Amino acid sequence: MNWAGSIFDTAGTQAERIATLAWFIIAVSAVTYVLVLTTTAIAIRRARARRTSDELADTRPETERRLTRTVGIATAATTVILLIFVAATARTGRAIAWPIGSEQPITVEVTGHQWWWQFRYRDTVPSNWLTTSNELHIPVGRPVRVILLSNDVIHSFWVPELHGKQDLIPGHRNTTWLRADRPGVWKARCAEFCGIQHAKMAFDVVAESPARFNQWYVSQLASAHAPSDSSAMHGQSVFMQRTCIMCHSISGTPAGSSVGPDLTHIASRPSIAAGSLPNTRENLGRWILNPHLIKPGVRMPPHPLSPADMNALLDYLETLK
Amino acid sequence: MSSTIIRRGNYIVAIVGLAGALACKREERRFNDSAAAAPASGAVTLDTLQPGVPAPELSVVSKSEGNAYDISEGKRLFESWNCSGCHSHGGGGMGPPLMDNEWIYGSSPENIVATIVEGRPNGMPSFRGRIQNQQLWQLAAFVRSMAGLQPKAPSPGRDDDMQYKVDEQRTPTRTPRASSPPKP
Repeated sequence: MNWAGSIFDTAGTQAERIATLAWFIIAVSAVTYVLVLTTTAIAIRRARARRTSDELADTRPETERRLTRTVGIATAATTVILLIFVAATARTGRAIAWPIGSEQPITVEVTGHQWWWQFRYRDTVPSNWLTTSNELHIPVGRPVRVILLSNDVIHSFWVPELHGKQDLIPGHRNTTWLRADRPGVWKARCAEFCGIQHAKMAFDVVAESPARFNQWYVSQLASAHAPSDSSAMHGQSVFMQRTCIMCHSISGTPAGSSVGPDLTHIASRPSIAAGSLPNTRENLGRWILNPHLIKPGVRMPPHPLSPADMNALLDYLETLK
Repeated sequence: MSSTIIRRGNYIVAIVGLAGALACKREERRFNDSAAAAPASGAVTLDTLQPGVPAPELSVVSKSEGNAYDISEGKRLFESWNCSGCHSHGGGGMGPPLMDNEWIYGSSPENIVATIVEGRPNGMPSFRGRIQNQQLWQLAAFVRSMAGLQPKAPSPGRDDDMQYKVDEQRTPTRTPRASSPPKP
């Protein structure tokens, strides 16, 4: 069976614990379900058989006692099963709330916005702090401390392959721990209704070997290169002189606003608009022209640019690798 | 006989209910108003008195007035773009306060939009070309709500920052009332 994208496609110890608990509860519940339905079917058959014959109901005192005992045993068994579920859930909860393994953890601060994700990698050296959007890279085999913040309403951070859900609450700092045991690329989504575009608030999780992770980190830390060809240079001036600069930042340029996603390395990301569209030139153009046709109600306004300006702007954005 | 009355009653209830449901008008959220009026370029009129031939009235109309969605978007943009850096949530600091009823450059939506677009002496920068038209009107609608110039219903109900409150001197005179008849 293909479990891709579900909690059963586990990629970490914590997700494995959750999947084990889920299988345990599903199995016990399935057995209980079959037993209850079988017993009910037998009782119905017996009552029907008695009605067609002229046999009177069995009201002898020993029968009453036997029935009372059976009901008592069933109630006790139900209580015991539920208590076992409580104990198993508490045990799992305790096991997954802490970092797995003793390696030095990395810290990522996640901020939920309507409707995109901001990731800030923190480091002991402030110049190594990295801000990126809608794409979370983590090294395999290292615990990741995820600090969850929100800028507006309650969101929920959920990577089904790695861990359970944890809310991002405005004015409150939540923490969760991740650890990927195998490399992979997964889609994660907001798991708490957060407004009209909640459904289009996804991000990509990329778990890769520590070496590749470091390579990615260094490449992302670099400032954007100044464009060299004339079209891209014109595109940069469109970006800096129009509405783009009010919300987006590109490091190495005067654009430094953090209202919308950081675009310093937008061309290196697989998708745009919080996982709504694959990152192609055509999609980027459609998005800039009128984002509301793709994601109605999104915070970004439409930009009716002239074809020349739009082409130049796309040329510029494509240089932001 | 009685069943006919009941049946007729059911019809009436259904018709009244349907009419009620149709009468409920939900506020329109204009997410993407690319046809939003462009701010009037040129001089901002603060007074109808002027020399020479009367200038034509400004034909620009804000669609954001009294619209709760637009006012809340304006509030979000006001914080996002750091208007509070100078106007301090409307209380004023480096820039003038926006929650009182003194307006140097006019209080109408057109005046406020012109102020944002043109900039003003002594610090207010010009945002010409940097802010999309609809967002200008949203900002103006929010700025007006801070001064109590919007109806109460669409204005932000809960605010973590300062709030507009009518000065006590400007409220109607109230005479004290005895809670119980005076004792002889």
